[in-house]
Amino acid sequence: MRFGVVVFPGSNNDHDCYRVVEDVLEEPVEYIWHQDSDVEGFDALILPGGFSYGDYLRTGAIARFSPVVESVKRFADGGGLVLGICNGFQILLEIGLLPGAMLRNQSLKFVCQYVNLRVENNETPFTNQCVNGEVLRVPIAHNEGAYFADQTTLEALRANQQVVFSYCDDAGRVVEEANPNGALENIAGIVNDRGNVLGMMPHPERCSEEMLGSLDGLKIFRSMLAAAKAPATP
Amino acid sequence: MVEPAITPDTIADHGLTEEEYDRIVELLGRPPNHLELGIFSVMWSEHCSYKSSKSHLGKFPTEGPHIVQGPGENAGIVDIGDGLALVFKIESHNHPSFIEPFQGAATGVGGILRDIFTMGARPLASLNSLRFGPLQIPKNRYLMEGVVAGIAAYGNCIGVPTVGGEIHFSEVYNGNPLVNVFNVGLTRHDRIFRGRADGAGNAVMYVGSKTGRDGIHGATMASEDFDETSEERRPTVQVGDPFTEKLLLEACLEVMEENLIVGIQDMGAAGLTCSTSEMASRGNTGITVDLARVPRREEGMSPYEIMLSESQERMLLVAKPGQEERVREVFARWNLDCVAVGEVTDDGLLRVTDDGRPLAAIPAVALTEHAPVYERPLAPPDDLAERQSLDLDRVYIPEDCSAVLLELLASPSIANKEWVWRQYDHMVRINTVVLPGSDAAVIRLPGTAKGVAMSLDGNGRWCWLDPREGGKRAVAEAARNVVCAGARPLAITNCLNFGNPERPSTMWAFAEVVEGMAEACEALGTPVTGGNVSFYNETLGTAVYPTPVVGVVGLLEDVSKHLTQWFKDEGDAVVLLGPASEELGGSEYLAVVHGLVRGRPSIDLGLERSVHELILKAAGEGLLKSAHDVSDGGLAVALAEAGFQPSGHPLGCSISLRVETRPDAALFGEGPSRVVVSCIPDNVQRLQGLAEEGRVPFTLLGTVGGEDLTVSGPDGKPLISVAASEAKRSWEESLPGLFERPQERDFDR
Amino acid sequence: MLSALPTAKVYVTLKKGVLDPQGLTVQNALEALGYDVQEVRMGKYLELTLADRPREELEADVAEMCEKLLSNPVIEDFRFNIEP
Repeated sequence: MRFGVVVFPGSNNDHDCYRVVEDVLEEPVEYIWHQDSDVEGFDALILPGGFSYGDYLRTGAIARFSPVVESVKRFADGGGLVLGICNGFQILLEIGLLPGAMLRNQSLKFVCQYVNLRVENNETPFTNQCVNGEVLRVPIAHNEGAYFADQTTLEALRANQQVVFSYCDDAGRVVEEANPNGALENIAGIVNDRGNVLGMMPHPERCSEEMLGSLDGLKIFRSMLAAAKAPATP
Repeated sequence: MVEPAITPDTIADHGLTEEEYDRIVELLGRPPNHLELGIFSVMWSEHCSYKSSKSHLGKFPTEGPHIVQGPGENAGIVDIGDGLALVFKIESHNHPSFIEPFQGAATGVGGILRDIFTMGARPLASLNSLRFGPLQIPKNRYLMEGVVAGIAAYGNCIGVPTVGGEIHFSEVYNGNPLVNVFNVGLTRHDRIFRGRADGAGNAVMYVGSKTGRDGIHGATMASEDFDETSEERRPTVQVGDPFTEKLLLEACLEVMEENLIVGIQDMGAAGLTCSTSEMASRGNTGITVDLARVPRREEGMSPYEIMLSESQERMLLVAKPGQEERVREVFARWNLDCVAVGEVTDDGLLRVTDDGRPLAAIPAVALTEHAPVYERPLAPPDDLAERQSLDLDRVYIPEDCSAVLLELLASPSIANKEWVWRQYDHMVRINTVVLPGSDAAVIRLPGTAKGVAMSLDGNGRWCWLDPREGGKRAVAEAARNVVCAGARPLAITNCLNFGNPERPSTMWAFAEVVEGMAEACEALGTPVTGGNVSFYNETLGTAVYPTPVVGVVGLLEDVSKHLTQWFKDEGDAVVLLGPASEELGGSEYLAVVHGLVRGRPSIDLGLERSVHELILKAAGEGLLKSAHDVSDGGLAVALAEAGFQPSGHPLGCSISLRVETRPDAALFGEGPSRVVVSCIPDNVQRLQGLAEEGRVPFTLLGTVGGEDLTVSGPDGKPLISVAASEAKRSWEESLPGLFERPQERDFDR
Repeated sequence: MLSALPTAKVYVTLKKGVLDPQGLTVQNALEALGYDVQEVRMGKYLELTLADRPREELEADVAEMCEKLLSNPVIEDFRFNIEP
């Protein structure tokens, strides 16, 4: 399975995603420079975290005008798997591949810590190696991660089971105390209605090796591999 | 434009003495013009010239088999085998952070990162050492919130993890917070670059951000005391742009990887002036720079402003002949300015021109090597004997040591700093093996089995009581922290934060600290590869404690064998390696509980070294499950902290303690060279054998386990008995509690 | 002569109903100082110096800039005026 990691000038988790695919998954992977528009031959694209253009205006706002973005959109329209992590999620929202927007953390502070995620829907190409209700330990690291959507959008997300991960406590309960950033209804990750585009604030690439303290993130990458081998009908 | 006349007032405004001015005239063979005077004033400032400290810094040991680059460059370099090298350095940004905490701290991070990647290394991780006045004072909370947010904003955006550090609080830092930032990077021996301008005729290129009027005379600001007007100087503080620095980092590493350049230097303090004169001076060459070609952000900037600007995120490099175009292409790809602003010459002069019109011509070495060096007068403070006397008979012994333990755990200098480090991205680049909170941070080195452990440490209180012993202990403790991660300390960098050097007692403490540190470095086999001196940390005559901050890097050949400070399993044995010291002088306990800063700390460096060797040997044999340095708060705090693992319920332990003098001294004394370790009971005998071989005192303290932390005295009488969860709560809730009580807020900034 | 050129003053604010923690913090602070403040909404303010062109064209351009980049319609509103 051939992965592409999209690199904006201020991406800084590009290398981390690349290393996980190459060293841990042992799958072919290439960087895609934001000025390139060729995404032919890839089976999955990762939009990594970072500060794409410094994010001085709004996270992900300027990245949207990079040549690569149109290609990412076409790739997604063609059913290709797209994983946006942290700033990558923010970009997916800005370019309209996913609904909603990101607000500043309620604490007004950057927050880097492990959180618990409850798997809400394991019938996606990103979660097929998980069970519903399972609790994953995955780190977050962001300043603007409070997911927001209007009521209509939220209802549609719920109706289509597009909410994939929610922040929860150790026991898997989705409660306010477990919400690290003020996200609407503890939403940590969503897919598009077709299910081939996932945006998530937590960083699975940071917890895919034993030495780093958790292997839970690997389940997301392994799910993508499994999906590629036996493509599910959307 | 009318050239301002040079009058005694102009000279004084530039922070130069009459003697210094006469020396300038002598070196030039004529009076300087206004631009030249400005250039001399920044290069001869304390910050750039080290004129008060130079004669002392020569005492540091700087050589060793693995030292690749000692002091004098942008950063130090040590060899770690397999063709790899670590590049590391610490810098202060105390004065800018007091005037504007967010930007001051942010640009401090930006500066230290440039020092690392300018030598060819990709930054691996940052640490920081902070000192503030007590948090009950709103202004100190404002400063700390701003400093932490600034460090976070810069480091997080550029994507270099901030993996730990240390923070202490004391009244003496009220008007002078200390912000010291450290970074370590990784490079290969065949890809080390230095700040040298070699090869007459080579192009001198300006890369990075445009030049504005930021920070003019920042270097001289760092060389003055503060008074009431300091806060009005905000416009001179620079603003950081981490996004541009990220571009600059990637572009610089790219031209280095392609081997396109001869030398490179950051434009930090004193900007274009410092980078041109230092590069020429190191290369025994000259540089001609034409200001008309310098990219500018503002209109109407004078040559004086361009030469002295401290705009951030700029570098000066010397291209290899014929590679100028390729260099330009690389920077263009990263959307950065890259302009040939001059060339290397063979006449030894720093020449400044404006569209060819000569503006200044100064021998480069006159600005660097020939800067004045002072042997400032030294004298111990009048009250030294009083500081060092401690009559313990007049210090009451607390009835309830459990309550004292809880109080110490909540003391901000000891309490959990998660409130701080959760604002730092400490995991980016997926190399952080030991997250913040343990004695030392551990970073794995990608592509190898190796790891680096690093720690910053300093204790101003000890140095105020006895600067020589305090200096020794600062080195010993920082090295011990690294040893507690299972790593062998390789070398140190240091940041020496002091008051006004023109005050003999300050200078005496400085000289003593340096000599103490030098002795410790010799004894522990850790040479000094560079550092930074920050004087004038003094407001309205009140100086900070003499505060050396020591950064140590250590190597783990096999990173999977690293240790952390936390107990692992119930039933494990708890052992104290090192002397059963009951030294109360200078302790956090005396300061917090009794309001006393008194006593005379001491250290046996031979024993310290033996403790290091013992722990490394035991760790190498896989005997140890944890190792935690006994420091602030003494043995009782160390035992409690060892139970506070990052996740899950805290572990208690039951300990029995010999008490030679008094229980508070045995529990809370901060005698050095002590480490609490845990191991499976089967390994106790082997560990004891190694300790005897290494002549290190060995004390079996007790067992890990249970809900409570209990310490009983010689007669079995309980000295401390608290629930581990209660202890942890007191340690965890202290800092957030101080910051998150809105009703106490006060907006008088 | 930069000063003679038209300037667009653009205000971007969070939509009514979207939580504004920054505004809330400022409001609390003002109240703590004893001021009676019903609500604070914090936004962004941008000044764009433009080329000297007909007013209508500038208005259309700036509106487009706001829609395309300067604001996010999901959470933000914008308004602007052009001077002189």
